[in-house]
Amino acid sequence: MTESLAITKLSDLANPTRFLALAARILPWMAAVTAILFAIGLYLSFATEGDYQQGQTVRIMYVHVPAAWLSMMCYSVMALSAIGTLVWRHPLADVSHKAAAPLGAAFTLIALATGSLWGRPMWGTWWVWDARLTSVFVLFLMYLGLIALNRAMDDPSKAARVSAVLILVGFVNIPIIKFSVDWWNTLHQPASVIRLDGPTIDGEFLWPLLVMAIAFTLLFFTLHMAAMRNEIWRRRVAAQRRLAARAAGREA
Amino acid sequence: MTHTFYIALSYSVTVLVALCLIGWVWVDGRARRRELAELEASGIRRRSSQPKGDAA
Repeated sequence: MTESLAITKLSDLANPTRFLALAARILPWMAAVTAILFAIGLYLSFATEGDYQQGQTVRIMYVHVPAAWLSMMCYSVMALSAIGTLVWRHPLADVSHKAAAPLGAAFTLIALATGSLWGRPMWGTWWVWDARLTSVFVLFLMYLGLIALNRAMDDPSKAARVSAVLILVGFVNIPIIKFSVDWWNTLHQPASVIRLDGPTIDGEFLWPLLVMAIAFTLLFFTLHMAAMRNEIWRRRVAAQRRLAARAAGREA
Repeated sequence: MTHTFYIALSYSVTVLVALCLIGWVWVDGRARRRELAELEASGIRRRSSQPKGDAA
């Protein structure tokens, strides 16, 4: 009984019209909370101490690490949506992974650019083809490929099914990115926050990092919801134009 | 180049990309809303929002 109620609630939310009503209600709140968290996060990022070895450049971590986390989380959201497309054939799942791809590409670009800008003063090089950097670059290319694929096909439901298969195949890259620093000898350091034995970084750096990570995550969900709303509207405009053209054809 | 240069450039790139994303979502939303309003104004509505018995 409880299970069927939960499924009913979930399918209610998955109705595009109900989704639009929900988005209109909660988007302003999400945007406001995101802005407040960014204000606190940015204050903490510059008010806390520098590192004894890295000096002030440790502040690059507060934008680099959240962007890198989001590049993987966004792809995971797309993979879940891809399952929604292939298993339940739900149009909102199609809309979700299509809307997330440009966001994922942007966060991956931030991670790559800030990583390079951090690498130059700390490692003495802008770029190395080590396992972590290369796998994240492959992720960036995959996002670009998915955006191009969605734009290349006129039929949105067909594009969604092809994209969904590609997203699920490409998901193999996510554990490779996460564990690349453990499996191979990389210039990039191993994980220091999400570890089985707890974070190894000092609280002085952990707090700004966590606040910035939550702010980035909320920014992603706010933009994802708004981009999904835009995509639903885009499909409605296309459907109504088709209807109008058909009606005009009948009258002629 | 000083460390300040790398920090400033990192935050600038992040802000620029984030603002581009926000701007794109905002502009795209406004354009779609305008298109829907134009269709509505010319009497083209979704089948589900048409009065009962009106749908062909």
